[in-house]
Amino acid sequence: MDLVQTEIPEGFTRSAGGGHTEEYYLNMGPQHPSTHGVLRLMVRLDGETVKEIVPHIGYIHRSIEKMAESQSLIQNIHLTDRLDYLSCHMTNLGLCLAIEQGADVGVPERAEYIRIIVCELQRIQSHLLWWGCFAMDLGALTAFLYGFDEREKITDLFEELCGARLTMNYFRPGGCVSDLPNEFIPRILKICEHMKTTLDEYDNLVSKNMIIRERTQGVGILSKERALSHGCTGPVARASGINYDVRKDEPYGIYNRFDFDVPLGATGDCYDRYTVRIEEMRQSIRILEQACKDLPDGDFRSKEKPNYKIPKDEHSFSSVETARGNFSTYVVSDGGKTPYRIKYRSPNFSHIGAINDMASGYKLADLVTVLATLDPVIPDIDR
Amino acid sequence: MTTPDQHQDTPPQNRPQSRPQNMGAFTPEAQAEDTCTKPSFYAYFIKRPIVGAFSLLTGMGITLKTLCNVTSTVTQEYPENRDTLTMPPAFRGQVIMPHDEEGEHKCTACTLCEKACPNGTISVLPMKNIANKKVLGKYIYRFDQCTLCSLCVEACPFDAIRMGNDFEHATVDKDSLVMVLNEKEGRL
Repeated sequence: MDLVQTEIPEGFTRSAGGGHTEEYYLNMGPQHPSTHGVLRLMVRLDGETVKEIVPHIGYIHRSIEKMAESQSLIQNIHLTDRLDYLSCHMTNLGLCLAIEQGADVGVPERAEYIRIIVCELQRIQSHLLWWGCFAMDLGALTAFLYGFDEREKITDLFEELCGARLTMNYFRPGGCVSDLPNEFIPRILKICEHMKTTLDEYDNLVSKNMIIRERTQGVGILSKERALSHGCTGPVARASGINYDVRKDEPYGIYNRFDFDVPLGATGDCYDRYTVRIEEMRQSIRILEQACKDLPDGDFRSKEKPNYKIPKDEHSFSSVETARGNFSTYVVSDGGKTPYRIKYRSPNFSHIGAINDMASGYKLADLVTVLATLDPVIPDIDR
Repeated sequence: MTTPDQHQDTPPQNRPQSRPQNMGAFTPEAQAEDTCTKPSFYAYFIKRPIVGAFSLLTGMGITLKTLCNVTSTVTQEYPENRDTLTMPPAFRGQVIMPHDEEGEHKCTACTLCEKACPNGTISVLPMKNIANKKVLGKYIYRFDQCTLCSLCVEACPFDAIRMGNDFEHATVDKDSLVMVLNEKEGRL
């Protein structure tokens, strides 16, 4: 009996040999600060060099898609907060767009603008948190505090807007729960103005830092072909040179009215993923300024219905661009109050699949860098 | 002169030592070509330490600027500033039922909130009053099951309940989280 073959852990391919030392397996996670949650990575190592990575997911599975079948469409919105909790306005919007499409609900002009403003604020907020965590994973604690300081201002705005800091539950089919509070737009513009100088400061603090550059440039390269075959979207795909942004290519809401650029990377290494996200914050500020300028008066929600029902055998589909990529919602209805099935397509699941292509061949410390630039949100992977 | 190669013992993958200058031109050939380029003596041993040291000093300057700037302090001394701490009016704490001066509430036991709740947090127990009319007997709210989504408040047509502004919910007694919100039975 071939003992060696039975000793290979599940998911790994057979080693080709030729390493410098005896290969061994290491378990990273599920409780590890740099995995950003309960993600477990099995790593095959040759000395300190990563040979192969097998991600194990499912530690925070809450069967949200199954729970969705027993709750009405409105009751499902607060469950989408728990998917990608750093871009929950966008995931709320994804489900709301699908309900609006299926139940044929219109949205007032002002509500469309509020949605854009809130979503772009959330994108900046999510990228700020990522920026801090990225620097902390690489060993720079100061940047973590600075990132959270700026994020706090946006979180305070959200707290005044919808009463929560993390699980917003703000959008509804046909608009939003409430109108913008007083003095909201001037405060957003103030934050935008402040963020412009802050982002330049961030460039000097982290982007131009030689240690960060040496640790990220040429590390964790994901080629364009591999990114496409893994289904990567969002900043990860754009860093590899794929010009795909749901806001540009399949505009939802009123994104086609705004003038913004889609930043692209050249090599697909960790530094490209970093610069793409920093540039995305600048583009979000551009969208915010245009949206705040054009914000019309009017209703914030179309006429409320007690129950939103999608007709029998109607399939409605929506995809939105969260801070991490393409988040799609697919609702199948059997004509009742509750949906027959809701399927969420999360960007992080595809990104975790690509981690073997990105990090194998580099050192174990580079795996932490790759994970940090992927910006994974584990509850979004498991659902 | 050998340049230190930190990836010497790793398999030859596409690993450029420097980023291509033509941003946007992404071809496998350009990448393979780039793999062969090694940093020159000047770039590695003279330019890199100078640029590196300058970048570190710039970062330290920003840190020092923030350290000396007393107006940039954002820390809130939480347990000490408890008296002055106010939450925004829209803040979603636990569900409360406001009572007026006479101790009356507006609930009519229509159970719309009970139907709107995704978790079965609310139980509205109606009763018959002397005139044999349906009024609210007990409004049971299980805070340990609540996700604070405020769907019940949106469903209420009489503004009988709202989300409170209290956020200190920690307790050692789980039973204290199941509460009766109305002080006395309904009048309406």
